[in-house]
Amino acid sequence: MNKISNKEVISNVLLKEAEVDKDIVVLSSDSRGSSSTSSFAEKYPRQFVEVGIAEQNLVGIAAGLASVGKKPFITSPACFLTMRSIEQVKLDVAYSRMNVKIIGVSGGVSYGALGMSHHSLQDIAVMRAIPDINIIIPADRYETEKMMSSLLDYEGPVYVRVGRNPVEDVYSDLDYDYEIGKAVVMRQGNDITIIATGETVKIAVDASDKLREEGIGCRVLNMHTIKPLDEEAIVKAAHETGRIITIEEHSIFGGLGAAVAEVVVQNKPVPMKILGIPDEPAIAGNSKQIFDYYGLSVSNLYDVSMSLLK
Amino acid sequence: MNDVLDLKVKATQIRLDIINMIYESKSGHIGGSLSSADILTVLYYNVMNIDPNNPKWEERDRFILSKGHSVEAYYSVLADKGYFPKEELKTYCKFGTRLIGHPNNKIPGVEMNTGALGHGLSIAVGMALGAKMDNKSFRVFTLMGDGELAEGSNWEAAMAASHYKLNNLIGIVDRNRLQISGSTEEVMSLEPLEDKWKSFGWDVLTTDGNDIERLLDIFNVAIASTNDKPKLILAYTTKGKGISFIENKANWHHRVPTEEEYKAAVSELREQMEVYLNEQNIK
Repeated sequence: MNKISNKEVISNVLLKEAEVDKDIVVLSSDSRGSSSTSSFAEKYPRQFVEVGIAEQNLVGIAAGLASVGKKPFITSPACFLTMRSIEQVKLDVAYSRMNVKIIGVSGGVSYGALGMSHHSLQDIAVMRAIPDINIIIPADRYETEKMMSSLLDYEGPVYVRVGRNPVEDVYSDLDYDYEIGKAVVMRQGNDITIIATGETVKIAVDASDKLREEGIGCRVLNMHTIKPLDEEAIVKAAHETGRIITIEEHSIFGGLGAAVAEVVVQNKPVPMKILGIPDEPAIAGNSKQIFDYYGLSVSNLYDVSMSLLK
Repeated sequence: MNDVLDLKVKATQIRLDIINMIYESKSGHIGGSLSSADILTVLYYNVMNIDPNNPKWEERDRFILSKGHSVEAYYSVLADKGYFPKEELKTYCKFGTRLIGHPNNKIPGVEMNTGALGHGLSIAVGMALGAKMDNKSFRVFTLMGDGELAEGSNWEAAMAASHYKLNNLIGIVDRNRLQISGSTEEVMSLEPLEDKWKSFGWDVLTTDGNDIERLLDIFNVAIASTNDKPKLILAYTTKGKGISFIENKANWHHRVPTEEEYKAAVSELREQMEVYLNEQNIK
């Protein structure tokens, strides 16, 4: 198990890049601890903006900085960043086409026992409905690093969601093709497809391996970019595998599952199952406990796959 | 352009444009546009360092219309300054136009989309902070409505502006004391407004926001200030300024004149214009 979280990877990349690119600015809403940017604040005080606990101002200031040529990276807990400031995201960042990277940290249920107020399970739904903003959820530390390289070259608004704790690797190194908006085929197979994003990619890969032991070819798509969605990969999976399961650390409303279903039903309707957090305030506990409780687990994915294959 | 009379002519022309745009499109915010016309005139013709031929010039002063609904006055000034053809004002709020009912940064000269209230000051803080980071000397101006000050985001931004000692930031409040539902003090009281800004660490300057001469003076004072505080110009204005039957009436916040009202408004403004033009000729 690696010891580094995806948010730390982001912070490390920024720490390195800010040395050469003086336009990089990191913004915090009293969140430098939770977003692992304390060392950035210490090393580059002139490239770090603390706004205090004020998310609307946080996003508005970032838009202003971007408009005068800065490259702002907002880092703040996903739950507050995407809810309290959503109008600033819509208007000042997305509609005004400002080059702002919005990094929601400790997303999903990674604040576990802190409950509904701190869980971020609506962020994808909310962000998806806003035009002209990309949405990315990296699966592990390698993917986070590759994503950051792409983001540094990409001019425009992006929302990134990462969790709080270190997650298991799904890749073994950086040696794979990564492109914003293109799903990564993690496992080949023609019997069924699991589409996963973020921390659920590992679960999907493990479930696929378990199904393979039973002779079942389970394709796994890592949908790291929720918007723009890789529709081609989804339609191809519907045609070639005939059954699709989605799994995500998000409400079953408006997230990856809903996005995939919109594509499937309009192009090649096939049986689908959407796994995620049901329409209720999620139970408290650590991430693993919450995942298991709601069936975001290898065993449940195996069972659901088997029932779809019947 | 420095001559007070010339600026008065400009402001009156802007008021005529406002009436024409709103009457033509049957849409718009008449009261707040009329109250802010003198402020915008002074900013764009006298105060701001800008180059309409080069709207993206890096050293330009920045302006954000936080009270985005006063966009008719803004579009009129931008067109007159040459950012886009004046002819285009006729498309205001019509199907498929660029000149939609709130500022849109696809239009040359418009820095940022606004319209939802309480956004402008945060954006201005970001711009002013960016200028400081790069040791640039441009200034940032934002015009706020008084009604929109009920949005908490303004006060988040006000705190940040003084925390970061943004003396390159000049906020202006169009204090016309009316919002859509009635008087600001009835809807959500703002007074003592001057003290509020002062307590947030701002230098506050007050003026009659419909008096061109006093506006010129106050902007000079704000710009000449050498302390490290952000500046707030509390500009006391009359909502609907310039048209007698629209002045100080809350129901004219978002009303379209009838044909009769339109004609009456135009003739009032033409009369004012005549007076200024005659004075110019005498000079």
